[in-house]
Amino acid sequence: MDKVQDNRAWFLIIPVFLIVAFSAVIPLMTVVNYSVQEIFGPGQTFFVGTEWFEAVLKDERLHDALVRQIVYSLAVLAIEIPLGILIALGMPGGRSAKTSLTLVLLALPLLIPFNVVGTIWQIFGRGDIGLLGATFRAIGIDYNYTSNSAHAWVTVLVMDVWHWTSLVALLCYAGLQSIPPAFYQAAKIDGASKWAVFRYIQLPKMRGVLIIAVLLRFMDSFMIYTEPFVLTGGGPGNSTTFLSQYLTQMAVGQFDIGKAAAFSIVYFLIVLLFSFIFYTIITRTGEGEKK
Amino acid sequence: MDMDWMAWTAPTAIFFLCIALMLAGMTVWEVVSPTVEAKGFLPMRTTRGDRLFIGLLGSAFIHLGWLAATDVSLWGAFAVSLLWIALVIRFG
Repeated sequence: MDKVQDNRAWFLIIPVFLIVAFSAVIPLMTVVNYSVQEIFGPGQTFFVGTEWFEAVLKDERLHDALVRQIVYSLAVLAIEIPLGILIALGMPGGRSAKTSLTLVLLALPLLIPFNVVGTIWQIFGRGDIGLLGATFRAIGIDYNYTSNSAHAWVTVLVMDVWHWTSLVALLCYAGLQSIPPAFYQAAKIDGASKWAVFRYIQLPKMRGVLIIAVLLRFMDSFMIYTEPFVLTGGGPGNSTTFLSQYLTQMAVGQFDIGKAAAFSIVYFLIVLLFSFIFYTIITRTGEGEKK
Repeated sequence: MDMDWMAWTAPTAIFFLCIALMLAGMTVWEVVSPTVEAKGFLPMRTTRGDRLFIGLLGSAFIHLGWLAATDVSLWGAFAVSLLWIALVIRFG
């Protein structure tokens, strides 16, 4: 018997379609409209063509911020993904008090608001009253994130690792828990080493959650704003001024709406490109093994 | 409804109309002849929609690169982009 096609289910996506249209598509269209105009106020707009895009693409400060941003996001991924996997592998399995405690402890940093994380690390890193700063000084390291670019960079990076590695760990843990015990039993019978179990059972089974982890961490770190803004204010100099902070300075500080809109579109396209590349690489990895 | 706040201009309206027509056209094409994953010069198997996305994303960067590198009219970038999209859709 032929299956009856019921297309009424398509109506169920109308609410999602409307929400996405109002929260994403229409604002994005407005930004595109703004990016080709000089905006003085409501109704006071003048068409300038691609002038803002040319200005943005030839802006040296933007180039510097972009390089800084890419290096930062790649460093975040290079640290948080392996560290998250390692933590997930070391976590206790099954249902026990130890498991619950570990999960709660890991979830704690994720519950802290971004600006509070920045404030915590701002105090933590201070040489006079902060534990981290005071400890470094006590062992003879002249640590000062407010005047030394390298120190500021490392502090912002470590702060991000502290805040977000647990997200990767929790996602990987969920992936690991979904592996049926039969896989491990088969590996034991075959005498597989720990590395072989990780490489041929755990890693392929975590691929789905790793895609989510890499994309989330990449997009989040590429759009990072609050934590470095609170911690360093983008300094010393411009050494921790990332793209979103530069964009905010342009849009809110200078009220350069047209230029900021052009910048936003370039920014959006870069995030889209990188996300597409990561998604393609991760979904392709291991495809050959499945065949 | 007053849409002044969206600051519409003729070029951006035409741009979005083209995107909408493209998506509608792809939907009709999909209904008439469902896509099959294929492997061309791109490093992965792609559907027709994937190739359109890659084509459009590439076109955006061709335009940005053109603006950054040269003062020649942007119609040049548009021509290159059309060629790129055609190549990706047909051989990608």
